[in-house]
Amino acid sequence: MSKTHVTTKVNGDEVEFLCDPRETLLDVLRDRLHLTGAKEGCGTGDCGACSVTVDGRLVCSCLMLGVEAEGKEIGTVEGIAEGETLHPLQQKFIEYAALQCGICTPGILVATKALLEKNPDPTESEVRYWLAGNLCRCTGYDKIIRAVMDTAAEMREAS
Amino acid sequence: MVDVALWSGLRPLVGGRDSVAVEGGTVGEILDALRRDYPALGPTLDAGVSVVVDGRVIATSLTEPVQPDSEVVLMMRLKGG
Amino acid sequence: MALDSSKTTGFKYVGTRPNRPDGLDKVTGRAKFGADAYAPGMLHAAIKRSPHAHARIIKIDTSKALAMEGVKAVVTRADFATGLEGEFGDILENVMAGEKALYDGHAVAAVAATSALIARDAIKAIEVDYEILPHVTDVDAAMQAGAPVIRAGAADASVPEGLHPNVVRYYESGHGDVEAGFAEADLVVEDHFVTEATHQGYIEPHACLGTLGSDGKGELWCCTQGHWYVQKVCAACLGLETSQLRVTASEIGGGFGGKTTVFIEPVALALSRKANRPVKLVMTRSEVFRASGPTSSTSMDVKIGMKKDGTITAAQGTFRLQGGAFPGAPCEMTAMCAFAPYDLKHVHQVGYDVMSNRPKQAAYRAPGSPMAAFAVESVIDELCGQLGLDPIDTRLKNASREGTRASFGPTWPRIGLVETLEAVKAHPHYVAPLKKGQGRGISCGFWFNHGGETAVSLALSEDGSAQVAVGTPDIGGSRASMALMAAEVLGIPYEDIRVTIADTATLGYNEISHGSRVTYASGLATIKAAEDAVQKLCGRAAAKWGIPEDAVYWEDGYAKPSGPNAGDFEPLHIDEITATMGATGGPICGHFEATPEGAGVSFAAHIVDAEVDPDTGKTSVVRYTVVQDAGKAIHPTYVEGQFQGGAAQGIGWALNEEYIYGADGRLQNAGFLDYRIPVASDLPMIDTVIVEVPNPGHPFGVRGVGETSICPPLAAIANAVSNAVGVRMRQLPMRPSRVLEALESAADG
Repeated sequence: MSKTHVTTKVNGDEVEFLCDPRETLLDVLRDRLHLTGAKEGCGTGDCGACSVTVDGRLVCSCLMLGVEAEGKEIGTVEGIAEGETLHPLQQKFIEYAALQCGICTPGILVATKALLEKNPDPTESEVRYWLAGNLCRCTGYDKIIRAVMDTAAEMREAS
Repeated sequence: MVDVALWSGLRPLVGGRDSVAVEGGTVGEILDALRRDYPALGPTLDAGVSVVVDGRVIATSLTEPVQPDSEVVLMMRLKGG
Repeated sequence: MALDSSKTTGFKYVGTRPNRPDGLDKVTGRAKFGADAYAPGMLHAAIKRSPHAHARIIKIDTSKALAMEGVKAVVTRADFATGLEGEFGDILENVMAGEKALYDGHAVAAVAATSALIARDAIKAIEVDYEILPHVTDVDAAMQAGAPVIRAGAADASVPEGLHPNVVRYYESGHGDVEAGFAEADLVVEDHFVTEATHQGYIEPHACLGTLGSDGKGELWCCTQGHWYVQKVCAACLGLETSQLRVTASEIGGGFGGKTTVFIEPVALALSRKANRPVKLVMTRSEVFRASGPTSSTSMDVKIGMKKDGTITAAQGTFRLQGGAFPGAPCEMTAMCAFAPYDLKHVHQVGYDVMSNRPKQAAYRAPGSPMAAFAVESVIDELCGQLGLDPIDTRLKNASREGTRASFGPTWPRIGLVETLEAVKAHPHYVAPLKKGQGRGISCGFWFNHGGETAVSLALSEDGSAQVAVGTPDIGGSRASMALMAAEVLGIPYEDIRVTIADTATLGYNEISHGSRVTYASGLATIKAAEDAVQKLCGRAAAKWGIPEDAVYWEDGYAKPSGPNAGDFEPLHIDEITATMGATGGPICGHFEATPEGAGVSFAAHIVDAEVDPDTGKTSVVRYTVVQDAGKAIHPTYVEGQFQGGAAQGIGWALNEEYIYGADGRLQNAGFLDYRIPVASDLPMIDTVIVEVPNPGHPFGVRGVGETSICPPLAAIANAVSNAVGVRMRQLPMRPSRVLEALESAADG
């Protein structure tokens, strides 16, 4: 089957790949670009473990085709830290123990970063509803919500 | 002799008694004695049992000591998640 | 003299809350989970599954699939070992069907191809002829005369005569005379309860990467709670020598019991052997629901008698567990846990393990116990309500405590139920006012916990830091706990210790991470391994000073002479000893291998406030408090995390989650859209109280905590909803339609 040539940007770097038209963006990120931070928890857009940003918008990469990445800017969990400096969300997730197994963590970090860029001062309810598309089975969300609220407060103070 | 209490599902296999007395100074010796003296218990013992000795649940180890006055209770083997 | 660092107070590191060692990897996407491994020349596999609930396999034609470009191997049952019986025989039968497909989703063949897309196309090209057989998926129906027989002769010797062949195990225990006890009661309540099967719902599907050569040597990478068990099972299924297969556990994306067994690993290895290339196999979410191991569904009858003063006079329970197409539903655990919180003179419990045309059930967090608590604690709530008694005082009045006789036979050692209930009573939540439309529920919960085979090794580096190899996959932050316990014994900072989950070639056998055993058993082994290393450090100091070994003791990272008689020497710091260890006798390591049998049981009690929308029947949990005995919380933050996670899973089980089978025996909701686990907007914050009644069987007093937390929520929420709507809720999940029916029946009544 013939493959399609795609040029896109991932975490600021230009990348090119050939992909089958049936491959999802998640398949491409993981199997062709070896960026395995985004996880496949369901493949149907229900769990959010594959969350990435496409031109700044939060999407489930399992619901988008690889060929649709042509000319876009993709952001994944691997691009959240700047060099050795962690993003405040990453730091707080470690401090608050906002993860147990950690499989949902990449998606939740990408999603909350997108939230705080849109809304630096969310209420607890807003955080909970924003994250309603990111399933976590270990934590009961308690420590995740606390980490996000505290990060938001700290980032507001710093800015 | 050590008294070994049986769960009630096992009692028909030993003539209706709720406990049996066997010789043994360890969990392993107790299980061997049960197998020898009460062959009808064999399949149950083979399927796996835990032995509670003085309130401690012994799930695996056959070398755990048992005193003549110990409280010994057979239990189906524990599984966890 | 053996070193003994046992203590329950005066800790320096234990009980603190440092950052977890794998935190950075997990927030940056670097952590490698099951599906994150790749190998040169790797093939991708896919599994062909039965669409029928029960069918004889007449013929499997793989020729069209094999002829496809890129397909490198196809396997069926003929490619696995023959003659397996018992546990391994059942697992192989579940991994790949033999003569019959036993449930919707049962594997019948598998393909390895150069891409995942080709593998998926190829399984569609495999043609299977089935003779469809009658099926049964409901537990009560499966016990009725005339129900289709899943497998003749599967029952063991425990099953009384006259029961349907689908009843494969039977458990009965108790003491006293329950009829006499009921006669003493002022009120007897008897009720029937039903729970549906639920799934552990780990977000990471099962995944593995296997390589197996024709020489019988293999490598396997997989997400599992127990890689030595995987090694043993795969070796049996493929006819290998166990030690020739090295299994490495990946980071694990949730397990909760569901990854204590084997579903796909032998298939990847069989395909690899045939294709002579590495094979990666990853389940889809739909496959996880259809063909991994959900819980049992249950049908239960519970009868309890009570005096006006709250004394329970007798209790009786019958628990029927549907366990899928194989024996193993934890009916004995359900029966033994049911009345464990109570000191009962007359008690009788019966459990049935019943087969049906559903996937083989697997452990799910305190397997069997949450359902029992739902039935028993609901009846106690009903009794308290009708007699006008306080639910906590009543439970305290009847609580099991040290020296009382457990409902399943033995005498309780030191346990922490009374302390737990008193903490509930003292909690502000218990007396906080409720709003209109809200109800409060409480429930106790109990789990045994487990020890199991355990091996740990600890090696010191020249700079005085330590690396610890443990064999229990870290499913919730256990590497941090191990490092804290090692730091406590060695007297060096937490940060100087690196804990690794070793592969099967590196350590002796380690039982699965299950039974809430990791912090207890691997923790105990880590402490003993550290003590072993300390003993050797003291020996090196003694040799240097020229004094007997037992004249040296260890404190805060230093070897010190034990008194004036031992001599006057400057204490030696660990790094002064390790710096020269090559020249003073060689590397210094500690190790410990044992089957510790001192696991301490854990009790919990939960308080829930629920609000029911009378128009839609939707229940919201508005406030939730978990109180549980941890024995000793090594890393309190991760203990809280276990409490919160168990409560959240219980909330899902109580309100939303269920396996729904159609009349055709097919699973109708094999995805996270229709099998709805709690999302962030469904839940409140979950408050926690850690009670610490030390377990005498662990040097620092640890009890397991991971499982008990899922035992009380089903009943606590059912009690809260029942109290909110004024109707006893006897069936889970309490989805909106079911609550609306209850409200309507109350209005009619």
